[in-house]
Amino acid sequence: MTARPAASGAPTAPQSQATPPARRRVPRIQWKSGRSVFSRAIFLIFLIGATVVFLYPFVWSVSASLKPRDYVFNNQLLPSPFEPSNYVQIWHAAPVLQWTVNSLYIGVLAALTVTFSSALVAFAFAYFRFPGRNFLFGCVLATMMLPAAVTMIPVYLIWDHLHLANTQFPLWMGNLFGSAFYIFLQRQFFLGIPRELFEAARMDGDNYWTMFWRIAMPLARPALIVTAIFQFQASWTDLLQPLIYLHSDKLYTLSLGLFQLLNQYGPSGGGSGQYQLIIAGLVISTIPMIIVFFVGQRYFVEGIVTQGGKG
Amino acid sequence: MTALTSVSPAGRKPGRQSRIRDWFRGFRLRETWAAYAFLSPWLFGFVVLTLGPMIASLILSLTNYDVIGNATFVGTQNYSLMIHDPQIVTALRNTLIYTVLNVPLTMIVSLALAMMLNRVGRAGGFFRTAFYLPVMTPQVATGILYLLLFNGSYGLLDKVLSFFHIPGPYWTTDPNWIKPGLVLMSLWAVGATVVIYYAAIRSVPARLYEAAAMDGASPWRRFRDITVPMISPALFFTFIVLTISALQTFTQAYTAFFNTGTNNNGQGSSAALFYVIYLFQQGFSDLHMGYASALAWMLFVVIGIITIIQLLVSKRFVYYEGGQRR
Repeated sequence: MTARPAASGAPTAPQSQATPPARRRVPRIQWKSGRSVFSRAIFLIFLIGATVVFLYPFVWSVSASLKPRDYVFNNQLLPSPFEPSNYVQIWHAAPVLQWTVNSLYIGVLAALTVTFSSALVAFAFAYFRFPGRNFLFGCVLATMMLPAAVTMIPVYLIWDHLHLANTQFPLWMGNLFGSAFYIFLQRQFFLGIPRELFEAARMDGDNYWTMFWRIAMPLARPALIVTAIFQFQASWTDLLQPLIYLHSDKLYTLSLGLFQLLNQYGPSGGGSGQYQLIIAGLVISTIPMIIVFFVGQRYFVEGIVTQGGKG
Repeated sequence: MTALTSVSPAGRKPGRQSRIRDWFRGFRLRETWAAYAFLSPWLFGFVVLTLGPMIASLILSLTNYDVIGNATFVGTQNYSLMIHDPQIVTALRNTLIYTVLNVPLTMIVSLALAMMLNRVGRAGGFFRTAFYLPVMTPQVATGILYLLLFNGSYGLLDKVLSFFHIPGPYWTTDPNWIKPGLVLMSLWAVGATVVIYYAAIRSVPARLYEAAAMDGASPWRRFRDITVPMISPALFFTFIVLTISALQTFTQAYTAFFNTGTNNNGQGSSAALFYVIYLFQQGFSDLHMGYASALAWMLFVVIGIITIIQLLVSKRFVYYEGGQRR
């Protein structure tokens, strides 16, 4: 360790010199410094190239959505002539506001219900010792692997039987019963809460519900937020469920609405190929997700890492 | 469960009978009832929305139910129809080709990006954000972007390729290039896998690399013999999850090839007919609910077999630190 050239740890306060070198935290490994700088530069160039590839479609879309019809594919970075009225036109041509409200409504309800119901179940698996626990948790894990297509038709028939098939209820109500992936994720989190906290609460005479609601839930807030934003994103971007259940355009979500715009304004649709309007719709449907990501960025990373690391 | 069995009286071995008795004794405890109360929403959902429908779907697959008329029992007719259905062969082949291309490419590209992220220090966080944004994009939007950017006549991709004097194929119309094109477009959203690998790579203890460097191991050796084994649980997890989701790919291809705006009849190209798309058409466009249920069960069996093979293979290749298997 001492042989390594002092790189990032060098300009520290003098008292850190007193601590044994093995304790000093060196976040990165430096190999031979000359080669390392060179390879790092190569990696940076590669990553910047990749970033351009990943981000350019966004830039392209925003730019194309501001171009007149005949200029959409000219691949100019800056739109000239500049045509912001595409957005006004699409706003009037389709119930975009209604679709946005629908997506928000379904997304928020789905997120809230699935967060709460999954937390109940996750808490049960994390805290209680009871007969059948391992078997039932095995069932939870098994449903994670189950392809949604297998239950799609009978579930549709159930909603149809309840006369709710052409409503928005099926798109969020199923979330009242917990969802395997979120149960798993939240259980990991609940397991991390020290058991002594709950024992102390029991000594104070708290019942199970209070332990769940006043101790477990507040402490698991990050996991709950992860669940809520994951589900919100899933609901917002889903196409299959809205295609199955929503048949009148007043009920459409923004994703299904965007698909509808493609049907309508594609070259062989009724609107004789107005891609600039479709792209404007595409931008409208994507921007809220970008905002959600930047607001909840750290939760996204945390959620995905929990999912991947514990597999 | 194990905690409950330990209360058997001293001097007597906990036999099978007493274990069962102890198991049932658990139901006398208040805690057990409380636990089941907390579980009740999921139990209800599991029975009514998962287990029940699975059985119902198996029963439906033996009928010719079409929503309008009554269901008639037709035995295994749906399954024998499936064997002779050329569309199924197409759909299965498309889906398998897509999966075989998509899963390894996603893993390789993600691993390469994650390795590079790991080597650029603090800038890694910025790049990670950039890579994750496409994951947030609604897949309908991705499907539309595919049509626009991969268009053979005026799409951006072929413009870029022709700049390098490479004649770009007609990605969206040439049946041979539709699946590779869709795979390339799906690679745009590798960000989630990158995040998983990046976290796994960062948690590999630095002392392992130090020891290897001391022994003069080349970067390739360090990658092959330290990084890959240490992150093998993450590799394995993504391998299974990516396979399951690739076998069920729907939205991107459905948007691009089964809309009525760019395809005259909305029937699309048979090169983009994936299994779940065919299932959806059979079940919800043509209302062949019985036949679609048989399709769904076959998908379930195919995915089940593939997952089990993957689990068996993984026993050989996945390294868990401390030796515990989870």
